[in-house]
Amino acid sequence: MSNEIVTDVVIIGAGPVGLFAVFELGLLDVKCHLIDILDRPGGQCAELYPEKPIYDIPGFPMVTGQGLTDNLMQQIAPFGPEFHFSRMVTKLEKLEDGTFRLETDADEVFLCKVVVVAAGGGSFQPKRPPVEGIEQYENKSVFYAVRKMDDFRDQDVVIVGGGDSALDWTLNLQPIVRSLTLVHRRDAFKAAPASVNKMKELVMEGKINFLMGQIGKLDGKDGQIDHVHIAMDSGDTPLPATRLLPFFGLTMKLGPVADWGLELNDNLITVDTAKFESSVPGIFAIGDINHYPGKLKLILSGFHEAALMAQAAKAVVSPGERVVFQYTTSSTKLQKKLGVV
Amino acid sequence: MKILVTDQSGVEHELEGLDGWRTMEVIRDWGLNIKAECGGACSCATCHVYVEDGWFEKLPDPSDDEEDLLYSTLDKKPNSRLSCQILLSEELDGMRVTLAPSAAKDSEAA
Repeated sequence: MSNEIVTDVVIIGAGPVGLFAVFELGLLDVKCHLIDILDRPGGQCAELYPEKPIYDIPGFPMVTGQGLTDNLMQQIAPFGPEFHFSRMVTKLEKLEDGTFRLETDADEVFLCKVVVVAAGGGSFQPKRPPVEGIEQYENKSVFYAVRKMDDFRDQDVVIVGGGDSALDWTLNLQPIVRSLTLVHRRDAFKAAPASVNKMKELVMEGKINFLMGQIGKLDGKDGQIDHVHIAMDSGDTPLPATRLLPFFGLTMKLGPVADWGLELNDNLITVDTAKFESSVPGIFAIGDINHYPGKLKLILSGFHEAALMAQAAKAVVSPGERVVFQYTTSSTKLQKKLGVV
Repeated sequence: MKILVTDQSGVEHELEGLDGWRTMEVIRDWGLNIKAECGGACSCATCHVYVEDGWFEKLPDPSDDEEDLLYSTLDKKPNSRLSCQILLSEELDGMRVTLAPSAAKDSEAA
């Protein structure tokens, strides 16, 4: 039986624009749930450039992607948004009464009055490594994420990559596997130094292996690998393995958004510039995923879109209710909502 | 300043470049098929190009990060580079590059 969640608004995407939408909707007493495929808030800011300085956020001469995310999380905390991470919205349908029903790949159902698509460039999906025929092993013996640790118990595991995911799973899985080999094309890692040190200790203690090289072909049958070939300076090295975890980073794919019956323009959702509403009334699109004449893919544009969307969404959530426009500088009512008076 | 960019269908385009721009930005600005999803942060490999002999040698060596990303593409060649890491200068006036299949907006390879 699916877990059913009823709310005013579901925001698809917890990047900077989705997060700020919580603020604008919150000022109007509209309650939000957010769904994101990543395991944390921030979207591209967190995944692609957490350390990169951004110079064009109004009022911030410089802020990093992670810094902006942290600030937004602090700014929206008074509104108690509820986050659902590491899942993808697979289905979105409009019900006869005009409300919406969403399904996620984590077997949840959301019922809501308004949907805000703030999905940026689409959903982040793991990159498939450059290995021929890898598809036939996927989700059987080759995995791009660890969903159940037990799938790796007493297995001969090969982990490929030099980032935090590769290092974290090397450390987490080591105690339960039969053998573990970490493969990276060089002897330098883009991961937390503490994890790198711990990994090196495990190698010294002989508990895991580290090989410098690249994965080549896979041997196996019926979806089950038995050897991973590693191209090393010394030549091709076949490595006995029953599980492969390649961590080659993430890439953005539009994903299920294309199937929701929304009018698209070159894979972007067409919206008007008064409400930022899509071709389906009640479904709004803000940030990088929308398209309108003059659109600029800037975070600040997404913030503006969120503010105007919120006014229109409020009218859908509370029909007939008069919305009084107020400023946070002068309205005690708004200040109470923010918890500052 | 001009650069010559061959797209995934084999058509060559002569693009006006600007000193100090990233090659990726010029290609994107002229509307060719380049995904460039991270916007120049050297973290995605979706602006992958092949740089023609003679020009490839003029470029500064790639960083370790760029190399890691190039190795993550299905279509890496010896003359592969990420175009967001190629800053244009007068010295590169006339450079010829070809967009890799994995740089296409709808590429599955990227």
